[in-house]
Amino acid sequence: MSVLRQAARVAWKDLRIELRSREILYTMAFFAGLLVVVYAFAFPRDERAVRGAAPGMLWVAIAFAGTIGLGRAFDRERENDTMRALLLAPVPRLAVFLGKAISIALLVLAVAAVCTPLLVLFLGAPLFTHPGPLVLVILLGVIGFSVVGSVFAATLLKVRSRDVLLPVILYPLLIPLFVAGTKTTMALISTPADFHAVWYWIQFLGIYDAVFLVLSVWTFESLVIE
Amino acid sequence: MNKLVVPVFGVLAAVGIAVAVWLVFMQAPLQYGFHPDGALNGSSLFYNQKIFYFHVAHAFMLFAAVFVSGVCSIAFLKTRKPKWDDVAMAATEVAVAFGAVVLVTGSVWAKAAWDVWWNWEPRLTMSLLLWLVLLGYVLVRRFAGPSADRIAAGMAIFGMVGVPFIYKMVGQDSHPAAGREGVVATLGPGMRAAFWISVAAFLCWFVALVVARVQSARAERELRELRERGLDLGVLS
Repeated sequence: MSVLRQAARVAWKDLRIELRSREILYTMAFFAGLLVVVYAFAFPRDERAVRGAAPGMLWVAIAFAGTIGLGRAFDRERENDTMRALLLAPVPRLAVFLGKAISIALLVLAVAAVCTPLLVLFLGAPLFTHPGPLVLVILLGVIGFSVVGSVFAATLLKVRSRDVLLPVILYPLLIPLFVAGTKTTMALISTPADFHAVWYWIQFLGIYDAVFLVLSVWTFESLVIE
Repeated sequence: MNKLVVPVFGVLAAVGIAVAVWLVFMQAPLQYGFHPDGALNGSSLFYNQKIFYFHVAHAFMLFAAVFVSGVCSIAFLKTRKPKWDDVAMAATEVAVAFGAVVLVTGSVWAKAAWDVWWNWEPRLTMSLLLWLVLLGYVLVRRFAGPSADRIAAGMAIFGMVGVPFIYKMVGQDSHPAAGREGVVATLGPGMRAAFWISVAAFLCWFVALVVARVQSARAERELRELRERGLDLGVLS
């Protein structure tokens, strides 16, 4: 069985648990929706202000909801010490890591799929003017977030203050990713859309994802094993 | 590690910093320039420019520490020898202090040159982001319990790899230029000596602090191991 299929198995296991309880999905999506409502009261709602702030709103929602989802997804492995079982399973650790990252990425994508339409609906943000590139940018951003996030959420599994430390570790490391995501989205919704900038930041995100994917695969084992 | 390293580098740093201060304030020329029509131009900073000698020297150490910490963390994860972890931790902790100096002096410079305390100017932003990574590292060290060394090592490595991305992200700037055409390379003769002596002095100061911190970390661990052995043998209670 190839590594990718094993990874898909691990991801499918996570998703099946999730689809039975829908705990993470519902709470994350509710939280992201709530954030949009908070934005609507916290920021001016005129068209110019929304156009300026919407990209940031979108990526902050992804970051916050994603962090909650990450923490919870790995908590599940901690409760019955199933992380050890996963690591002992006769598959490469790479498959375990990729499977985890894939299941997290799908959850965060679902959150983005909830909160983007809400931003459009409640705030009138013109996010759907170029849906194709927007989906690509969100996909690239979520991949990077899930990859780096899975590494550190896994290492923090046994740490008592993991809920506080996860954002302390992740946000400084992921600032380039979130800035790139915000800048791309901003270039997309400006009139006219600045495709030169969009292309630059999409390349940036692609390289970022590739570099950190390799780095995560390379370090995952030595970081997680005691 | 040799007991002499800290005193020697400490004395070198003390002398170097004294000489640097003397050179900077007594010898290096004031920085100002004229427009063709004889009026002072906007880049004339007079005494405000003196902060450059200390700001940039500290910034060099901040950037160096990110790499020292990242490389030592790789060595630590590969070999699992705590000596590498000690160096990574010491460099990071000292660099947090140096980074604070960079940010404060940078802010003062921004006020003098651009009349705002903080303007998200790219290299200042970059220093801030690197400083945040290092600060996160220190927090992890402090609060992540027994596996803190591993997690922090991961953070140092990821932080080091992220540097080029931060650099590309912040892009072009209003900061004095760097590189072959930059401020450092084109300093006037009086300024150049003061600048490099200042850098060397603060490098010595940095090394002295890092080595002292490594020694204290090693002593801490030895003490802990001795105590555990004592507990095992029933000598201690």
